[in-house]
Amino acid sequence: MTLTTLQRNWPVVALIVGVMIGAIAPLALGLSSPGFYFEVLLGGLMSGVLYSLVALGFVLIFKASGVFNFAQGAMVLFAALSLARLSEHMPLAVAFVVSVAIMAVFAWVVERFVLRHLVNQDAVVLLMATLGITYFLDGFGQLVWGSDIYRIETGLPKTPVMVLDNIFEGGILINTEDFVAAAIAALLVLALAVFFQKTSTGRALRAVADDHQAAQSIGIPLNRIWVIVWTVAGFVALVAGMIWGSKLGVQFSLSLIALKALPVVILGGFTSVPGAIIGGLIIGVGEKFAEVFLSPIAVNAFDLAGGGIENWFAYVLALVFLLVRPEGLFGEKHIDRV
Amino acid sequence: MSGRSIGEVILDLADVSLSFGGVKALQNVSFNVREHEIRAIIGPNGAGKSSMLNVINGVYTPQQGRITFRGKERGKMHPHDAAALGIGRTFQSLALFKGMSVLDNIMTGRNLRMRTGLLSQAIHLGFARREELRHREFVEHIIDFLEIQAYRKTSVGRLPYGLQKRVDLGRALAMEPKLLLLDEPMAGMNLEEKADMCRFVLDVNDEFGTTIVLIEHDMGVVMDISDRVVVLDYGKKIGDGTPDEVRNSQAVIDAYLGVAH
Repeated sequence: MTLTTLQRNWPVVALIVGVMIGAIAPLALGLSSPGFYFEVLLGGLMSGVLYSLVALGFVLIFKASGVFNFAQGAMVLFAALSLARLSEHMPLAVAFVVSVAIMAVFAWVVERFVLRHLVNQDAVVLLMATLGITYFLDGFGQLVWGSDIYRIETGLPKTPVMVLDNIFEGGILINTEDFVAAAIAALLVLALAVFFQKTSTGRALRAVADDHQAAQSIGIPLNRIWVIVWTVAGFVALVAGMIWGSKLGVQFSLSLIALKALPVVILGGFTSVPGAIIGGLIIGVGEKFAEVFLSPIAVNAFDLAGGGIENWFAYVLALVFLLVRPEGLFGEKHIDRV
Repeated sequence: MSGRSIGEVILDLADVSLSFGGVKALQNVSFNVREHEIRAIIGPNGAGKSSMLNVINGVYTPQQGRITFRGKERGKMHPHDAAALGIGRTFQSLALFKGMSVLDNIMTGRNLRMRTGLLSQAIHLGFARREELRHREFVEHIIDFLEIQAYRKTSVGRLPYGLQKRVDLGRALAMEPKLLLLDEPMAGMNLEEKADMCRFVLDVNDEFGTTIVLIEHDMGVVMDISDRVVVLDYGKKIGDGTPDEVRNSQAVIDAYLGVAH
């Protein structure tokens, strides 16, 4: 990168530098022991992975159909509920496959009864439609599967393991389950990237994302592509729901993580798969750091009542991004002809 | 022109009328297209040329009239159905997949000819890869033909206009269409680019035997390369015949030059 491009992109450079300073500061200033620092970091990355997965669902649907799918969170809840309740009667693997099938049927229903009739409508109309789907799916899920808190038993050990205790004093406590979950998420992202870049269906999906009319003219049926995209988004929702559900249980509040994924897509860019991943990790780590390291300093300095930065940190960061770089870190820059 | 022989009627339009609300875009237009010929639809701005193309392509369904393609009468259809029947098209305002490379853009044209489904692509990679290679070979042939070898991996958004038009043509050719619709292929081009495009259109027709329907409002170029020309004005057909016949028709001259009332 030359100096001029650096100068032109100064807001982004400033943001990246800011994020890096924020990430290193606690360690450099000696605010915490290395062991504790890395535990917070890992905790942040862990929730970041989940934000990424939900954001990924948003990005997939937005890319292929220009629909801002508010229902992604409800899909996570619904998929997790299906998996949790089904796994009470059958092995987890079978329940997983059945849940994927259920999400595929859901995708088909959405395309057949909603999207197909709203082609070429305003983005606002489509957003309202997905809002409707959100509330329907929330209610329908509880109607069919019940409204208690359910567990998903993945059979992974939940006992924390101490690692690197020969390097730092105190070492780092890692949850085996978290570690496996992160690996699964990473694998999923890799598989999706290969699917999009290397297969002809992936190419068709990208074609539809770029230009509906041209895609149709070479024989790509929009309707089928939408079903595929919503199914993939449903699959991603299921994986996110499974990871979250096995950690904290499946309950109604799961559908609210969609709201946490919003700042992630603003940060990463609405059309970028890598953006969703990196955005999720930045927000996950950022809010944990803000809560653990920044909040005590602020409380001491200004004699405040308490913390709670974690709850709004992501949104403020998204706001800053909207001001300096509306297209996000990796989004396509829109140059409109006037 | 070379050894190609004009064959049977491949596309027949009879009494086609299309209106949008009160606007009559096409009124009782009838004409046919024969196999292997280059058929031009010309007319001043707003004559209904694009509407005509969009009717053939399945974007619009006419309120009236019959369309017969390769011996079968068509009902209401979508553009992707038209594509499956073997009708390819290019666009007047470029409609390329901007984020993709030249190669990927043209590869999308092979979409209909790929047999392996989503699952086999995911699971049975070996077969899918062999198929991909087979299609890649065909696409390379098109890339050579259009002389865009040097830009294979370039993202199309960064190419100059004339080259983007070629990629658009390449994508349509990759479908191996029976009938190729060209929507103002020379619009916005400089003289040199126009000459190149003319050469490609003639070569496509000659080498692949593709039947071509092209619309243009610039009469000059079209007269040189077309076998037969339809002239539209205000949604009505006012002329139909060889370039010479059309050039000498009083109705056509009036439409283009205007008449004193």
